[in-house]
This record gives sequence, C-alpha cells and structure tokens, in this order.
Amino acid sequence: MTIEILMPALSPTMEEGTLAKWLVKEGDEVQPGDVIAEIETDKATMEVEAVDEGAIGKIIIAEGSENVKVNTVIAILAGEGEDVSSTGISPLPTETFESETPGTASLPAEPIMVEVASDPDIPEGTEMVSTTVRDALRDAMAEEMRRDDDVFVMGEEVAEYQGAYKVTQGLLDEFSSRRVIDTPITEHGFAGLGVGAAFAGLKPIVEFMTFNFAMQAVDHIINSAAKTRYMSGGQMGCPIVFRGPNGAASRVAAQHSQCYAVWYSHIPGLKVVMPYTAADAKGLLKAAIRDPNPVIFLENEVIYGKSFDVPKLDDFVLPIGKARIHKAGVDVTIVSFGIGMKYAIEASEILTNVGIDAEVIDLRTIRPMDLDTVISSVQKTGRLVTVEEGFPQSSVGSYIASEVSKRAFDYLDAPVITLCGKDVPMPYAANLEKLALVTTDEVVEAVKTVTYMK
Amino acid sequence: MAARKPSTRTASSKAKAPTNKDFTQEQDMSAYEDMLLIRRFEEKAGQLYGMGLIGGFCHLYIGQEAVVTGMQMCIREGEDQLLTSYRDHGHMLACGMDPKGVMAELTGRKGGLSKGKGGSMHMFSREKQFFGGHGIVGAQVPIGAGLAFANKYRGNDKVSLTYFGDGASNQGQVYESFNMASLWKLPVIFIVENNQYAMGTSVSRSSAQTDFAQRGAAFSIPGVKVDGMDVREVYAAGQDAVEHCRSGKGPIILEMNTYRYRGHSMSDPAKYRSKDEVQKMRSDHDPIEQVKQRILDKGWSDEEALKAIDKNVRETVKQAADFATNDPEPDVSELYTDILV
Ligand SMILES: Cc1ncc(C[n+]2csc(CCOP(=O)(O)OP(=O)(O)O)c2C)c(N)n1
Ligand SMILES: [Mg+2]
Repeated sequence: MTIEILMPALSPTMEEGTLAKWLVKEGDEVQPGDVIAEIETDKATMEVEAVDEGAIGKIIIAEGSENVKVNTVIAILAGEGEDVSSTGISPLPTETFESETPGTASLPAEPIMVEVASDPDIPEGTEMVSTTVRDALRDAMAEEMRRDDDVFVMGEEVAEYQGAYKVTQGLLDEFSSRRVIDTPITEHGFAGLGVGAAFAGLKPIVEFMTFNFAMQAVDHIINSAAKTRYMSGGQMGCPIVFRGPNGAASRVAAQHSQCYAVWYSHIPGLKVVMPYTAADAKGLLKAAIRDPNPVIFLENEVIYGKSFDVPKLDDFVLPIGKARIHKAGVDVTIVSFGIGMKYAIEASEILTNVGIDAEVIDLRTIRPMDLDTVISSVQKTGRLVTVEEGFPQSSVGSYIASEVSKRAFDYLDAPVITLCGKDVPMPYAANLEKLALVTTDEVVEAVKTVTYMK
Repeated sequence: MAARKPSTRTASSKAKAPTNKDFTQEQDMSAYEDMLLIRRFEEKAGQLYGMGLIGGFCHLYIGQEAVVTGMQMCIREGEDQLLTSYRDHGHMLACGMDPKGVMAELTGRKGGLSKGKGGSMHMFSREKQFFGGHGIVGAQVPIGAGLAFANKYRGNDKVSLTYFGDGASNQGQVYESFNMASLWKLPVIFIVENNQYAMGTSVSRSSAQTDFAQRGAAFSIPGVKVDGMDVREVYAAGQDAVEHCRSGKGPIILEMNTYRYRGHSMSDPAKYRSKDEVQKMRSDHDPIEQVKQRILDKGWSDEEALKAIDKNVRETVKQAADFATNDPEPDVSELYTDILV
C-alpha cells in the first residue's frame, strides 16, 4: 500500500508555500514523527514530520520548488516491500484545486422554509372561554407539565413569588419545587444550564423576567442552543423554550424597553414565536414546549391582562410557522405580530369607516415565517403595510418587503410601508415615549398613503 | 425566612479591622441631615408615584441611607467616581446632585438631570462623577472596575465606588470583574449593599454562600463585613478601604448589611417577609434614629433644633417636588437628540 504525502497547510490562511529542503532521500526508511522536509510559508519555516511508517518511494516535488499548493502530493511513501518507482504513479499537476466548488453559488441565500400544517379545526359547538393572555400561558405550561415529567420551569421569581408578572401563578403549588425553580439572578448561567438540561433530554421552559435580561444570556441562546444540532451533525437536540415579556412596557425607559423579534429571527436554528391573542399564546406555547428545537417565545407585559376567547379543548395545539388571517379584506394587506396587532386591528376598524377593507394578517411566528400567506394576500390587494414596535433598520417589515418585492413585485400598486418604533432608545418622559412608539394613527395614515387616499 | 441581623464588623482575609471611632459633633450632625434628605426625598417620591406623576419602576432607598452617606464622607466629591444600580436616588443626593434635577427626572421633565429621557433608573452627572443609574442587574460592576482602570492608567489616586446588591452578587460578570480588578490592582471598592432581598428572594434562597465579604477570596480580594445601618461603622470601614485603594493595594470588598423598608419597587406586594421583620429593623436599627439618639444623648443638639433641621429638609424636598411637577415635559425635538454626536 502506498501513501501520498501531501503539501501540508501550516496555518489557517496558508494556500501555498516553498518546499525548501528534503531531509530524506528516496529509499530512506521513516518513522512517524521523523522530520522529512522543511517548508517555508510567508510567515515562517516549518518542519514536516512523517505521519506513517515506510520507505520514501518517490520524491515528487523537488527541493527548492516555490508556490507549491497545499494538498499537492510531494512524495510517495511505500509500504513494506513495495517498490514505488514501478507503481506508475505520476506527479499530480499542482493546480488541481479550483477556488470555488461547483454548485455552491446556486444554493439559496434565503432562510430554509419548512412545510407547516394548518391550524387544527375547532369542532362546531366548542365552548369558547374568555381568558387573559397571562392565564392562557400558565394553562399551556400546566397542561404540558401534566403531560410530560421532563418539562420544568426555571427563572427568577417564578416559584414562590408566583412570577414577577404572575404568569407562573399556581405552578409551584401544583408541581412543587422540583419542577418550578427559582433561580439566582444569573441569566447567562441559568440559560446555559437550561441548554445542558435540554441536551440531556429534559424540556426546560426558561423564563426571563423580561427579554431585556436575556441579553445577558444571548451567547447560550445563539451559540449553544441554536447551533448545536447543526454542529453535531444532527445528534444533539435542544428542546428548550426561552420565554418572557418582550418589547416596551410603560415608562421603564431605554434599558427595559425593546423588541427582540428581529434579533432572534436572524438566527438559523431558532424558532421565534410572538403571539397576540390568548388562544394563539396557549396553542403556540404548547407547541413550543413540544418542539424539539429551541424556541424563543416573546410575550408582552402590556397584553398579559387582555382577554380573548380560547377554545375549551383538551389539547389545543397550534402549528408554529403559520400566520393567521385575522380579518379578510381586499384593499390593502396589513401584516403585524405581537402587540403590533393591536394597532393593526384598531386601524382596520377606523379604515372600514372610510371605506377601506383591509386584510389583517397576524404572523404569530417570525421564524420560520409564513411568507406564502403574506404573498397571496398581497397578490390580491396589491398594497402592503407592516407594523411592529422594533427599530426600523433591518426590521421584520423590511425583510417582508424585500421578499414581497422578489416574489410579488408585479402585483404591487404602491411601495410597501414598513412601520416601526422610532430609531431612538426608548425615552422615559411620557410625551416622548408616546412619540417613540408606533401608533394606530400612523397605521391609518400609511394605509391611506399606499391606497392613494391622500 | 427571617432576615439576618446586620452583624457587627468582622475583618476577613487581609483587611485590617477598622476601629470604631465615634463621630465628632460635626460629623454626626451632617450625617443626620444628609440621611434625612434621602429619607424625605424618597418618601416624597413614593407619594408622587402614588399620584401617577412618576411612572415605570421606582426603587426607594429608605432604610439604606447610612451606606451611601457614610461612604460619601470618605471620598473626594466630584473626583472619586461612584455608580450603582437602579436604586440610585440616595446615591445621587449623597454626592451632591441637585434634588430638583433628580426629582424632575423622576417625573420625566425637561429640567431632569437626563432631560427626562432616563427616568428613575438612569441618571448621571459628570460634574459629580456619578456614572449611573444602571437598569441591568450587575452591569455596573465591570463598568466600575473600568473607571478604576482609567484611574490607574492615568496614574492618579482616584477611587471607584462600585455599589451593587446581594442579588447582583450572583451575576457572573461580578466575578469576572473581581478577577481583573485584583489581577491589575485596580483602585475599586466593591460595595455590596446586602439588604437581604433581591425582589422577593431572600439571600439564603439565592446564594450558596451568603458571606459576601468572602466572595473575593478566590481572587485574593480582602473583604469586610460592615453594619450598614450604623453610619459610623460605614465611615470607619470606608476610610480604611479608600486608603487601601489609594495606596495601590488594589480592590477591596465591603459587605454592607442593611435593609430596605419599602417594597422592591412600587409594585411589590412584599409577601416574602413579615411586617414584624420590617418593624423590628425600623425600631431597633434605623440609621437615622441611631444618629439622632446619639446627638441627643451627647447634648449636641435638642429635639427642637433637630425638628428645625427636618423642617429645612422637608422644605428642600417640597421645592424639588414643586419644580418637578411644574416643569414642562421635554420638547418633542429631544426625541432625536443625544443618540450620536
Ligand atoms: C439582568 C437583570 N435581571 C433581572 C432584572 C430584574 N431585577 C431588577 S432588580 C432585581 C433584584 C436585584 O436585587 P439586588 O441586587 O439585591 O438589589 P436591590 O434591589 O435589593 O437593591 C431584579 C431581579 C434586571 N433588572 N436585570
Ligand atoms: Mg438586595
């Protein structure tokens, strides 16, 4: 058996080098670890050691050769009793390696989309129960915890205090301190610990008191939770939910008021859910807990106390990755999610009175994003306004706008308007805070603009 | 769970035990007035919050006045730096920031120290070398070490007073800061204001090791436990700590055992502790009452004169509140200012 000795890469950036000197000649016996040659790179002269045992059969690249490409065969090592000079191996051409692998350029640059099932049908006559978002979230966790002992909740003040925003109220009583766990204030630590527990097969629900504090933990969310499945070639899953209130509350100023939807939506390996209604909150949180992937579940303090109808079903689970048409319409498409829906809905009601029939879409999931629903709506209405509380640059809306211009350009009758929070840190003063947020009036105005009513 | 009583000072590691020095008349009188200003200011802030004039979070410092007051007596105002968490009104008043400007920031008005943009948790003063007001638990700790780094870099003898809570003490960045501060001998005093609770979590429910003075041991940082309800004890420990830093010996930790009387913020139902516990701290350990009693016992002043001081302080606070409620909101053009220069 003959072994090819290749020109080694001696640094991560090295592409070629000079074969300065051979320290062996054809016929010499070498042991692993013996220095066989010296190679000069632009940075240093390095020694090359033999990896295998055998006799040097043939030296292919002569001493003093410059610009020898990495991975070029420089010599042939013969196994015991072999004569390489007669094997007919000829020197390989030096420039065998093209810089670009064919096919790479044709891979899509877009996020990978997955097939998602539709919402389950709610049987005729199902009782609807008016429930706050807060209780819907708690019910979702309680139901999943009853169903699966691997599910547990962890976070600051989630147990004895019953939750800083009372979302985990009652869970400690029912599930005990084994499964409802108060943590010290150590987000980076407990997020990482949650990831480890998830690697080991548990299904942690990690509550951040608010998502502002998840910035302490963002390394584990992204580097540990999101990437490990890929880095392990699919072996290692991370079934974890990171949840908590996101976005502006009221008068808590810059460090406590921002929307992270678009931040996390950037990351392959995460799912990002941001519900508005209590039914969606419940059905999607149950789905998130069952999901084998890390899910960022963005809630909002301002809507915790808002009530919506929730179907009274034993097991109400909604699909992650599916938008919901909140109101059908023909004149304009308004796309929003989370608390942005409040402004979108209010605006659509005002617009009805001036004769504009808006279609309002609640994305519900930011990643994977249900663009098909958005595109088919725009194909019908020809006009699009997006609404969110996050900052304008690289917003969720700007991503939607770029996709729509790619896939439905010919259908557009007006430029897309992407409404966002203002491009400023959240101010504390009451008057400035109002101005910094997106408003219902702005949605109404934007719709009038894209429908050329003004 | 009952709060640990503030223990008396015990030296640990290499720190020298400070001797308990009695205050001079002047020191006791000024400490009394300074602490009273914080107390009355915070009571007023609580009232204004109740009236809807202050929004968001508002964390009162009532009960902890001796800590910042005693430390401030040890340093050079406007030269040595200080910074703390969101529970920051007391620190700002102690370092001489204008009560009107502080209160107007609480109400979000134009004349507030951050022009109304920062609010209760985020105020700063270059003049007083007060570096905030930080809303993220623990974040001020490496920043405080960074201020000390700048002092060392410039070769001056300034000291950075870095305040944080018992709860914050469990953040990883605190220990990253300890290591760097010790490695580079940075002149920083890490002041743990151990008020026994982080929101609703008592120290023993959050911390495997509740001796915060020892938390620097792994980094060879000396630590001292201090009765943070007694301003004299704070001052004595503070003097030693400042001297330690100024003389180039590197960081030191002061664990101030103290207590907050009010809820964590205004919206705290406070079910995690008993009314008795709070009452007992107030009646047996109140920092202001202790000074007052000493002043009276020593005959340095009488009830009437002390009342007059209280009246003056109340007047200052009233003026601050009046200003803060009559001052206009910031001009809308301010929305887009101060983002970049
Ligand atoms: C990183 C981070 N996590 C959580 C919070 C929410 N929070 C604000 S104050 C607080 C308790 C802090 O307690 P402690 O450090 O003891 O300071 P104290 O309030 O007692 O002064 C918590 C959990 C936050 N502001 N920042
Ligand atoms: Mg505390």
